[in-house]
Amino acid sequence: MQIAVASGKGGTGKTTIATSLALSLAKLAKVRYFDCDVEAPNGHIFLKPVFDQISPAVILIPQIQPEKCTACGHCVEVCQFHALAKVGKTILVFPQLCHGCGSCTWNCPENAIIEVPNPIGTLERGMARENIAFLRGQLTISEPMATPIIRQLKKMEQPSEEFVDIFDAPPGASCSVVETLQGVDFALLVTEPTPFGLHDLKQMIGIVRDMNIPAGLVINRDGIGDDSLEELIQEEKLPILLRVPFNRLLAEKLAAGQSLVDVMPEYREVLVKLYQEIREIVGGSDK
Amino acid sequence: MKTQVPKAKQLIILSGKGGTGKTSISAAFAHLSATDQRPVQTVIVDADVDAANLGLVLKPELGPANDFWGSSLAVINPDLCINCLACSAVCRYDAIFPDPQIADVQWIDPIACDGCAACVYACPVNAISMVKQQEGNWFHSKTAFGPLFHAELFPGKENSGKLVTLIRQQARLFAEDTRANLIIIDGPPGIGCPVISACAGTDFGLIITEPSLAGLHDLKRVLGTLRHFHIPSVVCINKADIYPEGARAIREFAKAENIELLGEIPYDENLPKSMINGDPITVSFPDSPAALAVRELWQKVLRSLDVQEDLA
Repeated sequence: MQIAVASGKGGTGKTTIATSLALSLAKLAKVRYFDCDVEAPNGHIFLKPVFDQISPAVILIPQIQPEKCTACGHCVEVCQFHALAKVGKTILVFPQLCHGCGSCTWNCPENAIIEVPNPIGTLERGMARENIAFLRGQLTISEPMATPIIRQLKKMEQPSEEFVDIFDAPPGASCSVVETLQGVDFALLVTEPTPFGLHDLKQMIGIVRDMNIPAGLVINRDGIGDDSLEELIQEEKLPILLRVPFNRLLAEKLAAGQSLVDVMPEYREVLVKLYQEIREIVGGSDK
Repeated sequence: MKTQVPKAKQLIILSGKGGTGKTSISAAFAHLSATDQRPVQTVIVDADVDAANLGLVLKPELGPANDFWGSSLAVINPDLCINCLACSAVCRYDAIFPDPQIADVQWIDPIACDGCAACVYACPVNAISMVKQQEGNWFHSKTAFGPLFHAELFPGKENSGKLVTLIRQQARLFAEDTRANLIIIDGPPGIGCPVISACAGTDFGLIITEPSLAGLHDLKRVLGTLRHFHIPSVVCINKADIYPEGARAIREFAKAENIELLGEIPYDENLPKSMINGDPITVSFPDSPAALAVRELWQKVLRSLDVQEDLA
């Protein structure tokens, strides 16, 4: 079972829910938590992993062999990302624009291009509290491309019926969120009842519908907003799986690195039930 | 010297972590820039194009929708495909599958396709072509507090960085034409491609953080990004009193890193309320503690930017 926790708007409580869900399920199942918010990962604050493995996240970028290159410029033509340029009789490579697709290498008529790994971040693995396997990707500061790291992070483990995999998604509603959602069984959308939360939730609903992923909602900070969220939910027929009322004390404890289920242990049972509901929804749709 | 029109200064508001208050503060700045005792002619940019919320507070009179054409995606012509699998052999994005509708033909999943065109060149029968995608719209709208440049990236699309660059460019041209003094850019969360596009070439970075371990962790990453691009930056703590120890940690970090802590905004229920009203907090609740703190922050930002000097 693979569940992605996403939101659209940032700061709605994705990591709070994802880490607490992991902790709640840890006694019942083998749980793997993947921090896919590689630009600003925060899951470690709550799950306190000890990492025993770190490897670079790399993309393969072209390296021109000058002795073979005839500067015909074909590589520049095939590159869709302007990562190669011909200046005089030299081909220049711009690593930060390169998507690592390999097209230039295959298409070079002189076989003058080899591929070399270009590190853009790190991939880490370790064990966290309550025996949760913890996997994290981190984009290096000043590197632009988050999605290849998310792709590689998810590939660190094979999906398996034995495990519950929880993918903590980045905010927003662009390619990095799509990469996180790719292939999951269920999307848990965490929102707050504010106009910002609502607007960005609509974007997320668009994505899960496009990708044909069953989804359900967590309404966090319930009670701070207005009714427009409820109206949207009725319209979209999304199940509400959990409401977490706003609570200033909870906000303070979360800020200090405690998880929701540390502060309010009664949520463990609630989140187990939420997982069972997810199983039913997923089972009903394809299994 | 005098004849040269001074270029508008560009202020980028970032946070690393999402939900710290970037947009609420940007909206209040837009209001203050227009209505303060000494108004500053400002152009506003919402650079969070995949979760664009500034318009929900500034309530623009929407300008015409301009198409944003992003990248192209590969599409297989099923009539030409000979099912040789040369395409899937070169695809590094696991985007090519047997067509679910037509037997013995391959199909490219538009969601997984990266648009690299490797398959186009690999196909021996020219059955694959690149099809340009409209990935969003951008707008030049009017608000009560000045022009707003904003965009909507279609859900799940790539190239948010390109779209950010596009609307910033439009805002800059407009600022030049209208001799505006300041461009306020409400940035996206994170530190990756859209953030880099939003902050490259700006004059001053304001980082809105919150007093949590997560806030501090992400503050460090976004500060690293701004420093990489040589953008002088300051920090403001929002919801500063919600976890005093966290606020202390941020103050200490700022001191150790030699970055100015320009302001602290207390936690104030009026802030979400003003968001629900659809107004900047300085309009909805002008005397609330958060509004007063934002007002003070705005004055300090102006002083740091030297914008009013240019006006004089």
